[in-house]
Amino acid sequence: MEKLSFRLTAARSAGGSRAQAIVGVVASGNLEVLLERASPTDTCTIDIATAAHGFGAVWDAVVRDFVARRPAGGLRISINDGGARPDTVALRLAQGVRKIEEPER
Amino acid sequence: MSNWGMQKAALGERLTAGRRHAKGKIVPLPSLPAFLAAVIRSGDRVCLEGDNQKQADLLAAALANLDPAEISDLHMVQSGVVLPAHLDIFEKGIARRLDFSYSGPQSARIARMLFGRKIELGAVHTYLELFARYFIDLTPNVALIAAVSADKDGNLYTGPNTEDTPTVVEATSYKNGLVVAQVTEIVDKVPRVDIPGDLVHFVVEAGRPFYVEPLFTRDPAAITETQILTAMLAIKGIYAPYGVRRLNHGIGFNTAAIELLLPTYGEKLGLKGKVCTHFALNPHPTLIPAIESGWVDQIHCFGSEVGMEDYVAARSDIFFTGPDGSLRSNRAFCQTAGLYACDMFIGSTLQIDLEGHSSTVTTSRIAGFGGAPNMGSDPRGRRHPSEPWLKAGAEAAPDAAPALRRGRKLVVQIGETFGERNAPLFVERLDALELARELKLDLAPVMVYSDDVTHIVTEEGIANLLMCRSKDEREQAIRGVAGYTDIGRARDAKLVEQLRQRGVIRRPEDLGIDPLDADRRLLAARSIKDLMLASGGLYRPPSRFRNW
Repeated sequence: MEKLSFRLTAARSAGGSRAQAIVGVVASGNLEVLLERASPTDTCTIDIATAAHGFGAVWDAVVRDFVARRPAGGLRISINDGGARPDTVALRLAQGVRKIEEPER
Repeated sequence: MSNWGMQKAALGERLTAGRRHAKGKIVPLPSLPAFLAAVIRSGDRVCLEGDNQKQADLLAAALANLDPAEISDLHMVQSGVVLPAHLDIFEKGIARRLDFSYSGPQSARIARMLFGRKIELGAVHTYLELFARYFIDLTPNVALIAAVSADKDGNLYTGPNTEDTPTVVEATSYKNGLVVAQVTEIVDKVPRVDIPGDLVHFVVEAGRPFYVEPLFTRDPAAITETQILTAMLAIKGIYAPYGVRRLNHGIGFNTAAIELLLPTYGEKLGLKGKVCTHFALNPHPTLIPAIESGWVDQIHCFGSEVGMEDYVAARSDIFFTGPDGSLRSNRAFCQTAGLYACDMFIGSTLQIDLEGHSSTVTTSRIAGFGGAPNMGSDPRGRRHPSEPWLKAGAEAAPDAAPALRRGRKLVVQIGETFGERNAPLFVERLDALELARELKLDLAPVMVYSDDVTHIVTEEGIANLLMCRSKDEREQAIRGVAGYTDIGRARDAKLVEQLRQRGVIRRPEDLGIDPLDADRRLLAARSIKDLMLASGGLYRPPSRFRNW
């Protein structure tokens, strides 16, 4: 298991008021993403535990794009990765910020 | 003084030799080996019928059992190199030269044999191109074909999988070639005459159906959320704005996802009746929900699909069917329809380079092309206008005089940025180039050329190559949808952002696509069983797709 951590400045903060959201599943080629509200609102922290070693540069690119493209400020994100491809990771992160801004159902 | 009529005389000799092993036109099964050895000559050009679907498998096996000491140097001209026997013929030295189109399941072995110089390659064609050459410079001396039934006069019923048969027979029989058919059974009267008996010289009763590969069946259970997202991008970003009503879908999970999103996502976007009304397409099981909910007006088919026979027969308002009720497919006509009467081709590929050339050939696999290069090309002979064709033409040349401006066919390559075994879809250099160099081919086997492709769709977005004005813009547009592949990560972020501002690149967020919608619940059917239920029990999936 490889662990990676990122602390990034976010131009836009996450919408909605939900305290947390979870998307995806822990499975081979998939991942689970837990999003929680945290301060400050201009920062996004991302902690990754991944089964696939040696992909730090790709993770770096994926999470930087995510924070640039989506309102991710004020989120603490924990990722439990089962070796998902970067496109799946990007989709789950995008789904996560959408889910935390949705009203509770 | 020329001696005219030599070909007719040669055919006469073959017929005489063949009749020694036949009763009328019927060759008894045990006599097949001796019969074939009597009618085939060394150096013959032989068309062994077989494509990506139906196979004259009995005749293929018999051909592979010929004695190379008696018969050798055959030149095989055939749509598909699909069965092991197709390559055994070369391995054993019975055949030497090959002109073909498609080699799906044999792609690795054919590559090894080409590198081992066991096969002398003519060219890898698209189907329609190979058919065309049957009439010009690759006319078969002998055609070995497959049908469902025959009568004693040789009239053939080909059933739903007519496919290449009429074309092969036309080229062979009318040019003094010999036509031999394997049939499941010999009957008093065939259900419909697909091939007139005058053109068929001999028939052998196999006692079992010819093999058909269920190539176009995609299990909805295997469709991923990334594929759903990519399909939503295609529907909202290409189908809708161009109003694509006449089209062809390639094989693959991306287009299967599109088919399954029409009744749900497409309906929500109000696109019913505005897109996807007319297809050149095999009877894809994944299109059943769209057909059943009234999306589709008409479909013409290259071939059939295993298990879809009863469904198609019950939907003659949509499909082309004969007086016997079953599907009439015809690959040559459907390829022509796909070329000239469709406004879009959308399909997947294995590799795309920085110019937009794409290929399914890798250094260890030569899969061939089938129909994709034909459907995935802009027909320069087209003269009728349509909304999508004119719009695409205007995007490519906004300053040209409209009445003299050619339209453009939409040629869309769709796929995730990483394919099977995490192989990147985008590459600096196609493996096809390496292959061409090693095999000393004049042409690299390119499936869709850069100047034909108009859009590339990945989960990251749509690149509209029609709107690129320079080689550099084109390269950055491709990099801009190449995700986290090496090609994608080496993009010029500033230029990519400018292209996005101009609408050359469009991302899910630019199109108002909610990533939460990329959910399997959006599929109109989520399993093969769902497809069967949607068909009212008419679709009978092959056993390998039944898991309940």
